[in-house]
Amino acid sequence: MVRTLLRVPATARSGEVIEIRTLIAHPMETGFRPGADGTVQPRDIIRRFTCRFNNREVFAAELHPAVAANPYLTFTLRVEESGILAFTWEGDNGFSQTETRPIAVA
Amino acid sequence: MGSPRPRRGRSRWLEALACAGALLLLGAGPRSGYETMTPQLRAMQDDDLSNPGMLAVAEGEALFAREGCAGCHTAEAMRGVAARYPALDRASQAPIDLSGRIAQCREKRQQRPPLPREGPAMLALTAFVAHQSRGLPLQPDPRLAEARRQGEALFRERRGQLNLSCAQCHDDNAGRRLAGSLIPEGHPNGYPLYRLEWQALGSLQRRLRNCLVGVRSEPFPPGAPDYVALEAYLVARARGLLVETPAIRP
Repeated sequence: MVRTLLRVPATARSGEVIEIRTLIAHPMETGFRPGADGTVQPRDIIRRFTCRFNNREVFAAELHPAVAANPYLTFTLRVEESGILAFTWEGDNGFSQTETRPIAVA
Repeated sequence: MGSPRPRRGRSRWLEALACAGALLLLGAGPRSGYETMTPQLRAMQDDDLSNPGMLAVAEGEALFAREGCAGCHTAEAMRGVAARYPALDRASQAPIDLSGRIAQCREKRQQRPPLPREGPAMLALTAFVAHQSRGLPLQPDPRLAEARRQGEALFRERRGQLNLSCAQCHDDNAGRRLAGSLIPEGHPNGYPLYRLEWQALGSLQRRLRNCLVGVRSEPFPPGAPDYVALEAYLVARARGLLVETPAIRP
């Protein structure tokens, strides 16, 4: 498990557009850089980010080698009901991490 | 023969102007690299949820508890500590920096194997401890006069194939550009910091090594006292600047 920083409002009004910010610790090694010994370091990046709300995909992004280390993604979402937001980062070398946050909609 | 009087008058005028200019410069005081960054980078540093350095601070907080630091120390008691480092180590009567103190505590008091100085665990612990002092002004340790003298000599010594001293860029030409990059004044108030060029958190010693290699000189050996002496001088030079750990720098 790596460190993540998430900003998700704990409560929202029905129909409100909320802003979500995510940051995850990941080296995003491009696969093009030589290491200290001169050989090319194998690629190690996050390939896909998905956000699910009550198990329905509401946002997804494909990431590529040009994305900087510790990817920071921010997006907006309109919420109509209370539920659970699940954030998943998947990548090379079997990397997979999921974080969840509840949100109460009044 | 022209009268010398008007000329003398003019030179006095220039003298007065130069004095006023010097006073203005003095009044400006040290400027943190933060002030010369783009608004986007400043926003990145200001928002704890977009500052990747905060990932290391969170990791450091977990390590502080897990590695047993919290057995003696509290996070609250760490407030202000980073602002007065490097400090004098009473046992060895030598200056010691914050990472050095953490390593010493771990090896001498906890009797545990050392952490690599520039490894992610040591950087995270240092970032967590230094972060507790964010917003406090740097207060140089008054007992380090000798180290500061050595550090200032190193700062003004021409080095490497390019034959440049630190002072020639960071004192004489700060605010101007070296190719596309702005030359900062070179203050140590945000370390360990997240440098975009590194794509990672790094220590002040790493930054100093970068500069030493940049003027094509042999960097000091890892852990050399020269780094701490230089840091002691840099902190005195930046007196009063606020701790920004974890800062963002381009």
